Amino acid sequence: MIARPTPDGPAPLLRLRDVRKTFPTGPGRRAGRRTVLDGIDLDVDEHRCVVLVGSSGSGKSTLLRVVDLLEDVDDGQVLLDGVDVADPWVDADAVRARLAMVFQSYNLFPHLSVLDNVTLAPRLVHRRPRSDAEDAGRQMLARVGLADKAASYPDQLSGGEQQRAAIARALVGGPELLLLDEVTSALDPELVGEVLDLLLDLRAEGTTMLVATHEMDFARQVADEVVFLHDGRVHERGTPAEVLDAPQRERTREFLRRLR
Amino acid sequence: MSDGWVPSERARERAAFRRAQHRRALAVAAVATAVVLAAVVAVVTTAPGWERAREAFFSPQRAWEVLPEVAEGLWLNLRVWVVASVVGLVIGLALAVLRTSRIPALFPARMLTVLYVDVFRGVPVLLVLLLVGFGLPALRLEWLPTSAAFLGGLAILLTYTAYLAEIFRSGIESVHPSQVAAARSLGLTRGQAVRKVVLPQAVRNVTAPVASMLVSLQKDSGLISILGAVDAIRAAQIATTGDYNFTPYVVAGVLFLLISIPLTRLVDAWSARQGWRGSLRGVSGAGVVR
Ligand SMILES: Nc1ncnc2c1ncn2[C@@H]1O[C@H](COP(=O)(O)OP(=O)(O)OP(=O)(O)O)[C@@H](O)[C@H]1O
Ligand SMILES: [Mg+2]
Repeated sequence: MIARPTPDGPAPLLRLRDVRKTFPTGPGRRAGRRTVLDGIDLDVDEHRCVVLVGSSGSGKSTLLRVVDLLEDVDDGQVLLDGVDVADPWVDADAVRARLAMVFQSYNLFPHLSVLDNVTLAPRLVHRRPRSDAEDAGRQMLARVGLADKAASYPDQLSGGEQQRAAIARALVGGPELLLLDEVTSALDPELVGEVLDLLLDLRAEGTTMLVATHEMDFARQVADEVVFLHDGRVHERGTPAEVLDAPQRERTREFLRRLR
Repeated sequence: MSDGWVPSERARERAAFRRAQHRRALAVAAVATAVVLAAVVAVVTTAPGWERAREAFFSPQRAWEVLPEVAEGLWLNLRVWVVASVVGLVIGLALAVLRTSRIPALFPARMLTVLYVDVFRGVPVLLVLLLVGFGLPALRLEWLPTSAAFLGGLAILLTYTAYLAEIFRSGIESVHPSQVAAARSLGLTRGQAVRKVVLPQAVRNVTAPVASMLVSLQKDSGLISILGAVDAIRAAQIATTGDYNFTPYVVAGVLFLLISIPLTRLVDAWSARQGWRGSLRGVSGAGVVR
C-alpha cells in the first residue's frame, strides 16, 4: 500500500490522488453533471499549512468538504495516514472525529449557547465528562477572545465573534487536521492578525492545516504551500513567494491582478 | 452609556413627538372601538327578535342552574384533551422522525406511516369518530375499553397525531442541511446529530403551529359527545331538552373560550420567548423597525 513516513522530511498526513467530484446541474434524473474537481493531487504534510486559493466557485469549499467526508467523491483517493478514507467501508464518523472544519458560513448551532456549541463534540464524541469538557471549552474560548461570551447564543454575537466561536468549536477536540474555509472573511484587520497568530501558534504546536482563503496577505503569512485551483485542477503550486509573487502561468497572474 | 449624558434638545424634541404620536394612537383606537361596539349593540338590541333571543340564549338564572353540570362535562373534555395531547405529541414526533430516517430496516414502518398520515388527514374527523366509535366495538375485542369517552378520544387522537406528525416533519425539514454537516463534521453520528442538533431546532421552529393544533384539539374534544360521552356539549344538550332554552350551549361555549383564549395567549408568549432563538438572524436585522 502507501508508504509510511519517510525518515527524512515530514510525513504526509493527507494525500489526495486524482480526486474527481461532479455535481448535478439541476434537479431530476436527466440533469447533466458539472465537474468541480477534475483530478486533484494534493499532499499536506504533518505540521504544515497548505492554502487553497482560486476564484469563487473554483471548488475550494468542495475540496475541504470532500476531505471531511461530507461529500462522496466520484473517483480517486483521499488518503489519511495512508488509509483511503473515501472507501465506503471506512468508519466515517471516526475519521471526522479526528478532523475539524470551520465552515465558510460558521454553521454554529443556534439553539445552543456558545459554550455548549464548543463542548458538544467533546461530550458526545469523545465522551468527556461535562465539567472536564467545559473547562477545555472555556480555555478555548478565552484563547479566541470570547471568554465573556460563553453563555451567549450565536444570534447575539457579531459576525466576527461567530467566526471565532466556530474556530473554538473546531479546535477544542485537538484535531489532527484542521480544515478552514475563509476563516477571516468576517474579521477586521486587527482580528485577522489575532486569528493569524492563533493559527501560527497551532501550527507550532503541531496541528496540520488545509485552508481556503481569498486573502492573499493571509495566505502569504500562514502558508507553507499555496495551491491555485482553476477549472477543477491544480493550476499552479509552490511556496507563497513562488505562486503569489512570481506566478509562472498566465491564469494565475490574471487572478492575482484582479484581486488588486 | 456614559453616566453624564444629558439628552440634547434634539433628543427631547423627538421623545416629545413620539409621546404625542402614542397618545394620538391610543385616542384613535379608543374612539374606533367605542364606535364599533355601539354599532353592534344597536343592531342586536333593535332586532325584532332580540327580547325572545335574550330569554332563550342569555338567561342568567338558567346559566347559573346548569353551570355545575356543564362544568363537570368540561372536566371530561379536559382529561381527553390532556391525554390526547401528550400521546399525540409523543407519537407524532416519533412518526416524523421515523418518516425522515433512512434506516433500511425501517422501510416498511416508513411506508405505513405515510399511509396512515395520508388516510387520517384526508378523512373528515366526524367520519373517523363514527367509524371508531361504532366500528371498533363491533370487533368485540375483550381488552378494548368501549366507553364513549375512550373511543371518542381515540378517534380524535388518531386524526390529530397525523396532523402533528406532518407538522413535526416540516419542522425537521426546515432545519438547514448545513447544520447536519456541522454536526457530522464534529464526529457526531447520524443519530446524535438528529437528537442534539436537528430535533431541538425542528421543535422550536414549529411551536406555533403545534400549539394551535393543541388549542384546536381542546375544542374538538367536544366531538366525543356525538358518541354519547357526557362532556360539556352533551351536558348542555341534555339540559336544553324540555324547555327549549339554549342558554346551556352558551354556557358551554363560554367555558371553552375561558380555556382556549388564555391557552392561546400563554402559548404565544411562550413561543415568543423561545422562538427567537430558533434561527440565526443577523445581529443588525433583529431591531424594531419604525
Ligand atoms: N451541493 C451542490 N450541488 C450542486 N452544485 C454545487 C454544490 N456544491 C457546490 N456546487 C458547485 O460547485 C462549484 C464549487 O463550489 P465551491 O463552494 O467549492 O466553490 P469555492 O471555491 O468554495 O467558492 P467561494 O470562493 O465562493 O467560496 C460551484 O460552481 C458550485 O455551484
Ligand atoms: Mg467556498
